Amino acid sequence: MECQECHERPATLHFTKVVNGSKTEVHVCGQCAKEKGYVSYDEEAYSLHDLLSGLFNFDSTSLTGQKNTPSHTTKQLKCEKCGMTYQEFTQVGKFGCSECYHTFSDKLDPIFRRVHSGNTTHDGKIPKRIGTNIHQKHLVKELKNKLQQLITEENFEEAAKVRDEIRSVEKDLNQDQGGEGED
Amino acid sequence: MSLEQFINEAISPWMKEEGPDSDIVMSSRIRLARNFERLPFPIIAEKEDLQEVLNLFDTEYHHRTYKNYHDLEFVRMSDLQPVEKRVLVEKHLISPHLADKSVQGGVLISKSEQVSVMVNEEDHIRVQLYFPGFQLDKALDQAFEIDDWLEDKINFAFDESKGYLTSCPTNVGTGLRASVMMHLPALALTQKINRMIPAISQLGLVVRGIYGEGSEAVGNIFQISNQVTLGRSEYDIIEDLKSVVQKLVEQERKARRLLVEQSELQLEDRIFRSYGVLERSRIIESKETAKCLSDVRLGIDVGYIDNISKTILSELMVLTQPGFLQQYAGKSLTPQERDIFRASLIRERLILEK
Repeated sequence: MECQECHERPATLHFTKVVNGSKTEVHVCGQCAKEKGYVSYDEEAYSLHDLLSGLFNFDSTSLTGQKNTPSHTTKQLKCEKCGMTYQEFTQVGKFGCSECYHTFSDKLDPIFRRVHSGNTTHDGKIPKRIGTNIHQKHLVKELKNKLQQLITEENFEEAAKVRDEIRSVEKDLNQDQGGEGED
Repeated sequence: MSLEQFINEAISPWMKEEGPDSDIVMSSRIRLARNFERLPFPIIAEKEDLQEVLNLFDTEYHHRTYKNYHDLEFVRMSDLQPVEKRVLVEKHLISPHLADKSVQGGVLISKSEQVSVMVNEEDHIRVQLYFPGFQLDKALDQAFEIDDWLEDKINFAFDESKGYLTSCPTNVGTGLRASVMMHLPALALTQKINRMIPAISQLGLVVRGIYGEGSEAVGNIFQISNQVTLGRSEYDIIEDLKSVVQKLVEQERKARRLLVEQSELQLEDRIFRSYGVLERSRIIESKETAKCLSDVRLGIDVGYIDNISKTILSELMVLTQPGFLQQYAGKSLTPQERDIFRASLIRERLILEK
Protein backbone atom coordinates (compact mmCIF):
# COMPACT_ATOMS: atom_id res chain seq x y z
CA MET A 1 0.00 0.00 0.00
CA GLU A 2 1.37 3.40 -0.91
CA CYS A 3 1.40 6.45 1.30
CA GLN A 4 -1.76 8.50 0.85
CA GLU A 5 0.10 11.76 1.22
CA CYS A 6 3.10 11.53 -1.07
CA HIS A 7 2.03 8.55 -3.17
CA GLU A 8 5.68 7.65 -3.47
CA ARG A 9 6.83 5.69 -0.48
CA PRO A 10 5.11 2.65 0.99
CA ALA A 11 2.76 3.39 3.89
CA THR A 12 4.29 2.15 7.10
CA LEU A 13 1.93 3.74 9.62
CA HIS A 14 -1.71 2.74 9.65
CA PHE A 15 -4.22 4.10 12.06
CA THR A 16 -7.84 5.01 12.49
CA LYS A 17 -8.84 8.55 13.38
CA VAL A 18 -12.14 9.13 15.10
CA VAL A 19 -13.29 12.75 14.98
CA ASN A 20 -16.74 13.53 16.38
CA GLY A 21 -17.76 9.94 15.86
CA SER A 22 -16.74 9.70 12.20
CA LYS A 23 -13.95 7.24 11.45
CA THR A 24 -11.21 7.76 8.88
CA GLU A 25 -8.41 5.36 8.11
CA VAL A 26 -4.98 6.84 7.53
CA HIS A 27 -2.11 5.13 5.73
CA VAL A 28 1.07 7.14 5.53
CA CYS A 29 4.81 6.68 5.36
CA GLY A 30 7.01 7.65 8.29
CA GLN A 31 8.22 10.83 6.67
CA CYS A 32 4.78 12.18 5.82
CA ALA A 33 3.45 11.20 9.21
CA LYS A 34 6.03 13.47 10.73
CA GLU A 35 5.61 16.29 8.23
CA LYS A 36 1.84 16.34 8.32
CA GLY A 37 1.81 16.11 12.07
CA TYR A 38 0.09 12.73 12.39
CA VAL A 39 2.68 11.82 14.92
CA SER A 40 5.09 13.99 16.80
CA TYR A 41 8.38 12.76 18.02
CA ASP A 42 11.87 14.01 18.45
CA GLU A 43 14.86 12.52 16.76
CA GLU A 44 15.79 10.96 20.05
CA ALA A 45 13.64 8.10 21.21
CA TYR A 46 11.29 8.93 24.04
CA SER A 47 13.17 7.63 26.99
CA LEU A 48 12.39 6.76 30.54
CA HIS A 49 14.04 9.98 31.54
CA ASP A 50 11.63 12.08 29.52
CA LEU A 51 8.84 10.41 31.39
CA LEU A 52 10.67 11.01 34.61
CA SER A 53 11.35 14.66 34.07
CA GLY A 54 7.63 15.00 33.45
CA LEU A 55 7.18 13.36 36.80
CA PHE A 56 9.27 15.90 38.61
CA ASN A 57 7.31 18.88 37.46
CA PHE A 58 4.25 18.12 39.50
CA ASP A 59 6.26 19.10 42.53
CA SER A 60 6.27 22.89 42.50
CA THR A 61 2.53 23.30 42.11
CA SER A 62 1.02 20.54 44.16
CA LEU A 63 3.40 19.83 46.97
CA THR A 64 5.30 22.87 48.08
CA GLY A 65 2.04 24.58 48.95
CA GLN A 66 1.27 22.06 51.64
CA LYS A 67 4.68 21.72 53.12
CA ASN A 68 6.44 24.57 54.81
CA THR A 69 8.04 26.22 51.83
CA PRO A 70 11.74 26.92 52.19
CA SER A 71 12.71 30.57 52.40
CA HIS A 72 14.26 30.52 48.93
CA THR A 73 12.10 29.35 46.05
CA THR A 74 12.54 26.05 44.26
CA LYS A 75 14.09 27.66 41.24
CA GLN A 76 16.99 29.11 43.17
CA LEU A 77 18.03 25.83 44.75
CA LYS A 78 21.50 25.20 43.45
CA CYS A 79 24.04 22.53 44.30
CA GLU A 80 27.20 24.16 45.59
CA LYS A 81 29.46 21.33 44.54
CA CYS A 82 28.50 20.89 40.90
CA GLY A 83 26.38 23.95 40.18
CA MET A 84 23.29 22.09 39.09
CA THR A 85 20.04 23.89 39.89
CA TYR A 86 16.88 22.12 40.92
CA GLN A 87 15.23 23.32 37.75
CA GLU A 88 17.98 21.78 35.62
CA PHE A 89 17.62 18.58 37.56
CA THR A 90 13.91 18.37 36.79
CA GLN A 91 14.64 18.95 33.11
CA VAL A 92 17.47 16.44 32.74
CA GLY A 93 16.08 13.98 35.25
CA LYS A 94 19.58 13.28 36.54
CA PHE A 95 21.69 14.42 39.45
CA GLY A 96 24.97 16.20 38.84
CA CYS A 97 26.85 14.85 41.86
CA SER A 98 26.38 13.11 45.18
CA GLU A 99 25.92 16.45 46.93
CA CYS A 100 22.77 17.19 44.86
CA TYR A 101 21.01 14.54 46.92
CA HIS A 102 21.51 16.69 50.00
CA THR A 103 20.90 20.02 48.32
CA PHE A 104 17.56 18.95 46.88
CA SER A 105 16.71 16.57 49.71
CA ASP A 106 13.47 18.35 50.69
CA LYS A 107 12.05 17.77 47.25
CA LEU A 108 13.18 14.26 46.52
CA ASP A 109 11.06 11.92 48.59
CA PRO A 110 7.91 12.36 46.48
CA ILE A 111 9.99 11.53 43.40
CA PHE A 112 11.58 8.48 45.00
CA ARG A 113 8.19 7.32 46.20
CA ARG A 114 6.83 7.41 42.68
CA VAL A 115 9.78 5.68 41.09
CA HIS A 116 10.38 3.10 43.79
CA SER A 117 6.91 1.90 44.76
CA GLY A 118 6.58 4.17 47.75
CA ASN A 119 10.05 3.65 49.18
CA THR A 120 12.35 6.44 50.31
CA THR A 121 14.99 4.74 52.45
CA HIS A 122 17.79 2.39 51.44
CA ASP A 123 17.60 -1.14 52.78
CA GLY A 124 20.44 -2.96 51.12
CA LYS A 125 24.16 -3.34 50.94
CA ILE A 126 26.40 -0.98 52.87
CA PRO A 127 29.96 -0.43 51.62
CA LYS A 128 32.38 -2.60 53.52
CA ARG A 129 35.15 -0.13 54.18
CA ILE A 130 33.58 3.33 54.31
CA GLY A 131 30.39 1.99 55.81
CA THR A 132 31.89 0.48 58.97
CA ASN A 133 30.10 2.97 61.20
CA ILE A 134 26.82 2.36 59.51
CA HIS A 135 27.32 -1.38 59.85
CA GLN A 136 27.84 -0.91 63.57
CA LYS A 137 24.82 1.35 63.91
CA HIS A 138 22.71 -1.28 62.22
CA LEU A 139 24.19 -3.90 64.50
CA VAL A 140 23.27 -1.83 67.55
CA LYS A 141 19.74 -1.45 66.26
CA GLU A 142 19.45 -5.18 65.72
CA LEU A 143 20.90 -5.96 69.13
CA LYS A 144 18.53 -3.51 70.82
CA ASN A 145 15.60 -5.25 69.21
CA LYS A 146 16.98 -8.55 70.38
CA LEU A 147 17.39 -7.15 73.88
CA GLN A 148 13.76 -6.05 74.00
CA GLN A 149 12.70 -9.47 72.84
CA LEU A 150 14.76 -11.19 75.53
CA ILE A 151 13.42 -8.89 78.23
CA THR A 152 9.82 -9.61 77.25
CA GLU A 153 10.71 -13.30 77.37
CA GLU A 154 12.25 -12.66 80.80
CA ASN A 155 15.45 -14.25 79.64
CA PHE A 156 17.62 -11.92 81.72
CA GLU A 157 20.78 -13.93 81.56
CA GLU A 158 20.91 -13.69 77.74
CA ALA A 159 19.71 -10.10 77.90
CA ALA A 160 22.69 -9.11 80.04
CA LYS A 161 25.05 -10.58 77.46
CA VAL A 162 23.36 -8.68 74.65
CA ARG A 163 23.46 -5.48 76.71
CA ASP A 164 27.21 -5.84 77.15
CA GLU A 165 27.59 -6.47 73.45
CA ILE A 166 25.66 -3.29 72.66
CA ARG A 167 27.90 -1.34 75.02
CA SER A 168 31.07 -2.56 73.40
CA VAL A 169 29.85 -1.81 69.86
CA GLU A 170 28.69 1.64 70.95
CA LYS A 171 32.04 2.29 72.54
CA ASP A 172 33.77 1.50 69.24
CA LEU A 173 31.35 3.73 67.44
CA ASN A 174 31.92 6.67 69.76
CA GLN A 175 35.66 6.35 69.42
CA ASP A 176 35.41 6.38 65.62
CA GLN A 177 33.20 9.39 65.52
CA GLY A 178 34.46 11.38 68.46
CA GLY A 179 31.31 10.91 70.48
CA GLU A 180 28.71 11.70 67.86
CA GLY A 181 27.63 8.15 67.39
CA GLU A 182 24.36 8.20 69.31
CA ASP A 183 21.18 7.99 67.31
CA MET B 1 39.93 -16.41 9.11
CA SER B 2 37.69 -19.45 9.06
CA LEU B 3 34.15 -19.13 10.35
CA GLU B 4 34.86 -21.59 13.14
CA GLN B 5 37.78 -19.53 14.34
CA PHE B 6 35.78 -16.34 14.04
CA ILE B 7 32.93 -17.75 16.08
CA ASN B 8 35.30 -19.03 18.71
CA GLU B 9 36.69 -15.59 19.16
CA ALA B 10 33.38 -13.82 18.74
CA ILE B 11 31.24 -15.69 21.20
CA SER B 12 31.91 -14.97 24.84
CA PRO B 13 33.27 -18.11 26.53
CA TRP B 14 30.56 -18.09 29.22
CA MET B 15 27.87 -18.20 26.52
CA LYS B 16 29.03 -21.60 25.35
CA GLU B 17 28.27 -23.13 28.72
CA GLU B 18 24.89 -24.36 29.74
CA GLY B 19 23.35 -23.18 32.98
CA PRO B 20 20.30 -24.24 34.99
CA ASP B 21 17.03 -24.06 33.04
CA SER B 22 18.94 -23.03 29.96
CA ASP B 23 16.22 -24.43 27.71
CA ILE B 24 14.34 -21.27 28.62
CA VAL B 25 16.57 -18.91 30.55
CA MET B 26 19.37 -17.86 28.24
CA SER B 27 21.32 -15.75 30.70
CA SER B 28 21.24 -13.97 34.05
CA ARG B 29 22.76 -10.57 34.55
CA ILE B 30 23.52 -8.39 37.54
CA ARG B 31 24.44 -4.75 37.21
CA LEU B 32 25.58 -2.49 40.05
CA ALA B 33 25.85 1.27 39.61
CA ARG B 34 28.47 3.06 41.69
CA ASN B 35 30.01 6.52 41.75
CA PHE B 36 33.06 8.26 43.12
CA GLU B 37 32.10 10.31 46.12
CA ARG B 38 34.41 13.19 45.33
CA LEU B 39 33.72 13.72 41.65
CA PRO B 40 30.69 15.08 39.83
CA PHE B 41 28.80 12.45 37.86
CA PRO B 42 29.89 11.90 34.24
CA ILE B 43 27.01 13.87 32.69
CA ILE B 44 28.43 17.16 33.97
CA ALA B 45 31.95 16.32 35.14
CA GLU B 46 34.96 18.11 33.71
CA LYS B 47 37.21 16.25 31.33
CA GLU B 48 40.00 16.14 33.92
CA ASP B 49 37.75 14.51 36.51
CA LEU B 50 36.74 11.79 34.11
CA GLN B 51 40.32 11.25 33.01
CA GLU B 52 41.24 10.76 36.64
CA VAL B 53 38.72 7.91 36.77
CA LEU B 54 40.09 6.40 33.57
CA ASN B 55 43.66 6.65 34.82
CA LEU B 56 42.78 4.97 38.08
CA PHE B 57 41.30 2.03 36.22
CA ASP B 58 44.30 1.88 33.96
CA THR B 59 46.83 1.79 36.79
CA GLU B 60 44.90 -0.24 39.36
CA TYR B 61 42.93 -2.78 37.36
CA HIS B 62 44.42 -3.24 33.91
CA HIS B 63 45.97 -6.72 33.50
CA ARG B 64 44.95 -7.68 37.02
CA THR B 65 43.35 -10.94 38.01
CA TYR B 66 40.71 -11.05 40.68
CA LYS B 67 39.63 -14.49 41.91
CA ASN B 68 38.59 -16.48 38.86
CA TYR B 69 38.33 -13.44 36.63
CA HIS B 70 41.57 -13.61 34.80
CA ASP B 71 43.53 -10.97 33.07
CA LEU B 72 41.14 -8.07 33.21
CA GLU B 73 41.67 -5.76 30.31
CA PHE B 74 40.93 -2.07 30.38
CA VAL B 75 40.12 -0.32 27.11
CA ARG B 76 39.33 3.32 26.48
CA MET B 77 36.49 4.02 24.10
CA SER B 78 38.67 6.56 22.32
CA ASP B 79 41.07 3.76 21.33
CA LEU B 80 38.37 1.74 19.57
CA GLN B 81 37.08 1.89 16.02
CA PRO B 82 33.30 2.38 15.63
CA VAL B 83 32.85 -1.21 14.45
CA GLU B 84 34.79 -2.55 17.45
CA LYS B 85 32.53 -0.60 19.79
CA ARG B 86 29.51 -1.91 17.91
CA VAL B 87 30.72 -5.47 18.47
CA LEU B 88 31.10 -4.85 22.21
CA VAL B 89 27.55 -3.50 22.27
CA GLU B 90 26.24 -6.54 20.43
CA LYS B 91 27.98 -8.77 22.95
CA HIS B 92 26.24 -6.71 25.65
CA LEU B 93 29.61 -5.89 27.20
CA ILE B 94 29.00 -2.18 26.88
CA SER B 95 25.88 -0.09 26.45
CA PRO B 96 25.06 1.90 23.32
CA HIS B 97 25.32 4.97 25.53
CA LEU B 98 28.94 4.19 26.42
CA ALA B 99 29.80 3.47 22.80
CA ASP B 100 28.24 6.56 21.26
CA LYS B 101 27.69 9.24 23.86
CA SER B 102 30.24 9.02 26.62
CA VAL B 103 33.13 11.44 26.32
CA GLN B 104 35.74 9.69 28.43
CA GLY B 105 34.37 6.18 28.48
CA GLY B 106 36.22 2.98 29.15
CA VAL B 107 35.54 -0.64 29.97
CA LEU B 108 37.27 -3.31 32.03
CA ILE B 109 36.55 -6.78 30.69
CA SER B 110 37.56 -10.16 32.08
CA LYS B 111 38.99 -12.75 29.75
CA SER B 112 35.89 -14.91 30.06
CA GLU B 113 33.84 -11.81 29.22
CA GLN B 114 31.68 -12.65 32.19
CA VAL B 115 32.53 -9.42 33.95
CA SER B 116 32.55 -6.02 32.40
CA VAL B 117 32.95 -2.78 34.31
CA MET B 118 31.78 0.22 32.32
CA VAL B 119 33.57 3.40 33.28
CA ASN B 120 32.17 6.92 32.90
CA GLU B 121 28.91 5.82 31.48
CA GLU B 122 25.91 7.52 33.09
CA ASP B 123 27.55 6.62 36.39
CA HIS B 124 31.29 6.44 37.01
CA ILE B 125 31.15 2.70 37.46
CA ARG B 126 28.75 0.05 36.30
CA VAL B 127 29.73 -3.47 37.18
CA GLN B 128 28.05 -6.13 35.06
CA LEU B 129 28.15 -9.88 35.43
CA TYR B 130 26.70 -12.50 33.16
CA PHE B 131 25.97 -16.11 33.90
CA PRO B 132 24.54 -18.72 31.53
CA GLY B 133 21.06 -19.92 32.43
CA PHE B 134 19.20 -19.10 35.60
CA GLN B 135 21.82 -18.21 38.22
CA LEU B 136 20.90 -14.92 39.83
CA ASP B 137 22.14 -15.80 43.33
CA LYS B 138 25.57 -16.73 42.15
CA ALA B 139 25.75 -13.67 39.95
CA LEU B 140 24.79 -11.38 42.83
CA ASP B 141 27.30 -12.95 45.23
CA GLN B 142 30.11 -12.52 42.76
CA ALA B 143 29.01 -9.00 41.87
CA PHE B 144 29.24 -8.14 45.56
CA GLU B 145 32.76 -9.56 45.71
CA ILE B 146 33.85 -7.44 42.78
CA ASP B 147 32.10 -4.46 44.32
CA ASP B 148 34.09 -4.96 47.56
CA TRP B 149 37.29 -5.38 45.60
CA LEU B 150 36.70 -2.07 43.81
CA GLU B 151 35.75 -0.40 47.08
CA ASP B 152 39.21 -1.18 48.48
CA LYS B 153 40.56 1.57 46.28
CA ILE B 154 37.56 3.81 45.68
CA ASN B 155 35.37 5.82 48.02
CA PHE B 156 31.88 5.28 46.70
CA ALA B 157 29.16 7.89 46.92
CA PHE B 158 26.97 6.41 49.63
CA ASP B 159 24.37 7.89 51.92
CA GLU B 160 23.08 6.16 55.00
CA SER B 161 19.46 6.81 54.15
CA LYS B 162 19.54 6.85 50.33
CA GLY B 163 22.12 4.15 49.76
CA TYR B 164 24.40 4.21 46.75
CA LEU B 165 23.96 7.55 45.02
CA THR B 166 23.52 7.40 41.27
CA SER B 167 23.08 9.93 38.54
CA CYS B 168 19.56 8.82 37.71
CA PRO B 169 17.00 8.63 40.53
CA THR B 170 15.77 5.34 39.09
CA ASN B 171 18.96 3.59 40.24
CA VAL B 172 19.49 5.05 43.69
CA GLY B 173 19.66 2.76 46.72
CA THR B 174 21.06 -0.57 45.69
CA GLY B 175 22.10 0.56 42.21
CA LEU B 176 21.05 -2.94 41.23
CA ARG B 177 19.48 -4.02 38.04
CA ALA B 178 19.03 -7.77 37.94
CA SER B 179 17.76 -9.23 34.72
CA VAL B 180 17.23 -12.50 32.95
CA MET B 181 16.98 -13.12 29.26
CA MET B 182 14.30 -15.66 28.46
CA HIS B 183 13.30 -17.50 25.32
CA LEU B 184 9.51 -17.79 25.51
CA PRO B 185 8.34 -19.03 22.10
CA ALA B 186 5.35 -21.04 23.31
CA LEU B 187 3.99 -18.28 25.53
CA ALA B 188 4.43 -15.85 22.65
CA LEU B 189 2.88 -18.17 20.05
CA THR B 190 -0.17 -18.75 22.20
CA GLN B 191 -0.28 -15.02 23.07
CA LYS B 192 -0.28 -15.87 26.76
CA ILE B 193 2.66 -13.62 27.41
CA ASN B 194 0.62 -10.53 26.58
CA ARG B 195 -1.73 -11.33 29.39
CA MET B 196 1.09 -12.03 31.82
CA ILE B 197 3.08 -8.86 31.21
CA PRO B 198 0.66 -6.46 32.99
CA ALA B 199 0.62 -8.71 36.07
CA ILE B 200 4.40 -8.85 36.14
CA SER B 201 4.63 -5.05 35.89
CA GLN B 202 2.53 -4.74 39.01
CA LEU B 203 5.29 -6.45 40.95
CA GLY B 204 7.78 -3.70 40.16
CA LEU B 205 9.37 -5.74 37.39
CA VAL B 206 9.73 -4.82 33.73
CA VAL B 207 9.34 -7.10 30.73
CA ARG B 208 10.66 -6.03 27.39
CA GLY B 209 11.98 -7.41 24.15
CA ILE B 210 15.74 -7.31 24.11
CA TYR B 211 16.23 -7.16 20.39
CA GLY B 212 14.15 -4.86 18.25
CA GLU B 213 12.53 -1.61 19.24
CA GLY B 214 9.83 -0.82 21.74
CA SER B 215 7.90 -3.61 23.31
CA GLU B 216 8.23 -6.02 20.41
CA ALA B 217 10.26 -9.06 21.31
CA VAL B 218 12.20 -10.15 18.27
CA GLY B 219 13.05 -13.84 18.35
CA ASN B 220 10.67 -14.32 21.29
CA ILE B 221 13.46 -13.23 23.58
CA PHE B 222 12.28 -11.28 26.60
CA GLN B 223 14.19 -9.51 29.29
CA ILE B 224 12.73 -9.37 32.78
CA SER B 225 14.31 -7.00 35.25
CA ASN B 226 13.64 -5.14 38.47
CA GLN B 227 12.54 -1.53 38.40
CA VAL B 228 12.64 -0.67 42.09
CA THR B 229 16.11 -0.13 43.55
CA LEU B 230 15.33 1.80 46.73
CA GLY B 231 13.88 0.46 49.94
CA ARG B 232 14.37 -3.21 49.23
CA SER B 233 17.47 -5.27 49.83
CA GLU B 234 19.33 -6.81 46.92
CA TYR B 235 18.34 -10.26 48.12
CA ASP B 236 14.66 -9.33 48.29
CA ILE B 237 14.79 -7.82 44.81
CA ILE B 238 16.32 -10.99 43.46
CA GLU B 239 13.87 -13.23 45.27
CA ASP B 240 10.96 -11.41 43.63
CA LEU B 241 12.55 -11.67 40.23
CA LYS B 242 13.40 -15.32 40.77
CA SER B 243 9.88 -16.27 41.72
CA VAL B 244 8.45 -14.60 38.62
CA VAL B 245 11.05 -16.20 36.38
CA GLN B 246 10.35 -19.57 37.96
CA LYS B 247 6.64 -19.12 37.18
CA LEU B 248 7.40 -18.12 33.61
CA VAL B 249 9.62 -21.16 33.17
CA GLU B 250 6.82 -23.43 34.41
CA GLN B 251 4.25 -21.73 32.19
CA GLU B 252 6.51 -21.87 29.15
CA ARG B 253 7.17 -25.59 29.68
CA LYS B 254 3.46 -26.23 30.05
CA ALA B 255 2.65 -24.23 26.94
CA ARG B 256 5.32 -26.13 25.00
CA ARG B 257 3.86 -29.46 26.05
CA LEU B 258 0.36 -28.39 25.05
CA LEU B 259 1.60 -27.04 21.74
CA VAL B 260 3.31 -30.31 20.88
CA GLU B 261 0.29 -32.36 21.94
CA GLN B 262 -2.32 -30.26 20.19
CA SER B 263 -0.71 -28.86 17.11
CA GLU B 264 -0.20 -32.21 15.38
CA LEU B 265 1.93 -31.47 12.37
CA GLN B 266 1.57 -27.71 12.36
CA LEU B 267 4.26 -26.96 14.89
CA GLU B 268 6.66 -29.46 13.39
CA ASP B 269 5.98 -27.98 9.97
CA ARG B 270 6.64 -24.46 11.16
CA ILE B 271 9.88 -25.48 12.81
CA PHE B 272 11.22 -27.34 9.81
CA ARG B 273 10.21 -24.55 7.44
CA SER B 274 12.25 -22.14 9.53
CA TYR B 275 15.12 -24.60 9.57
CA GLY B 276 14.85 -24.75 5.78
CA VAL B 277 14.92 -20.98 5.48
CA LEU B 278 18.05 -20.71 7.58
CA GLU B 279 19.74 -23.51 5.69
CA ARG B 280 18.83 -22.36 2.19
CA SER B 281 18.11 -18.65 1.96
CA ARG B 282 20.38 -16.28 0.07
CA ILE B 283 19.02 -13.04 1.48
CA ILE B 284 17.68 -12.78 5.01
CA GLU B 285 16.93 -9.78 7.20
CA SER B 286 17.50 -9.76 10.91
CA LYS B 287 13.87 -10.04 11.97
CA GLU B 288 13.25 -13.14 9.89
CA THR B 289 16.53 -14.56 11.15
CA ALA B 290 15.37 -14.10 14.72
CA LYS B 291 12.00 -15.72 14.06
CA CYS B 292 13.58 -18.74 12.36
CA LEU B 293 16.25 -19.12 15.01
CA SER B 294 13.58 -19.05 17.69
CA ASP B 295 11.62 -21.76 15.88
CA VAL B 296 14.68 -23.93 15.42
CA ARG B 297 15.70 -23.58 19.04
CA LEU B 298 12.17 -24.56 20.07
CA GLY B 299 12.47 -27.50 17.69
CA ILE B 300 15.64 -28.60 19.46
CA ASP B 301 14.08 -28.19 22.91
CA VAL B 302 10.93 -30.17 22.11
CA GLY B 303 12.88 -32.85 20.30
CA TYR B 304 12.03 -32.38 16.62
CA ILE B 305 15.58 -31.45 15.76
CA ASP B 306 18.47 -33.31 17.32
CA ASN B 307 21.49 -32.59 15.18
CA ILE B 308 22.03 -28.93 16.02
CA SER B 309 23.68 -27.56 19.13
CA LYS B 310 21.48 -25.76 21.61
CA THR B 311 23.56 -22.65 21.70
CA ILE B 312 22.61 -21.88 18.10
CA LEU B 313 20.01 -19.30 19.06
CA SER B 314 22.10 -17.17 21.39
CA GLU B 315 25.16 -17.59 19.20
CA LEU B 316 23.56 -16.59 15.90
CA MET B 317 21.45 -13.85 17.46
CA VAL B 318 24.73 -12.16 18.30
CA LEU B 319 26.70 -13.11 15.19
CA THR B 320 24.08 -11.87 12.76
CA GLN B 321 23.94 -8.37 14.22
CA PRO B 322 25.26 -5.65 11.90
CA GLY B 323 28.50 -5.05 13.82
CA PHE B 324 29.58 -8.67 13.79
CA LEU B 325 28.66 -9.16 10.16
CA GLN B 326 30.83 -6.24 9.20
CA GLN B 327 33.67 -7.40 11.37
CA TYR B 328 33.56 -10.82 9.77
CA ALA B 329 33.32 -9.25 6.31
CA GLY B 330 36.21 -7.00 7.20
CA LYS B 331 34.48 -3.97 5.70
CA SER B 332 31.37 -1.90 6.11
CA LEU B 333 28.25 -3.26 4.46
CA THR B 334 25.06 -1.62 3.24
CA PRO B 335 21.84 -3.03 4.72
CA GLN B 336 21.23 -5.02 1.51
CA GLU B 337 24.75 -6.43 1.55
CA ARG B 338 24.28 -7.35 5.19
CA ASP B 339 21.18 -9.40 4.41
CA ILE B 340 23.15 -11.37 1.81
CA PHE B 341 26.13 -11.76 4.08
CA ARG B 342 23.90 -12.78 6.98
CA ALA B 343 22.31 -15.53 4.91
CA SER B 344 25.67 -16.92 3.88
CA LEU B 345 27.06 -16.80 7.41
CA ILE B 346 24.06 -18.74 8.70
CA ARG B 347 24.38 -21.33 5.93
CA GLU B 348 28.07 -21.82 6.67
CA ARG B 349 27.39 -22.01 10.39
CA LEU B 350 24.81 -24.74 9.90
CA ILE B 351 27.23 -26.73 7.73
CA LEU B 352 29.60 -26.76 10.70
CA GLU B 353 26.98 -28.76 12.59
CA LYS B 354 27.22 -31.65 10.14
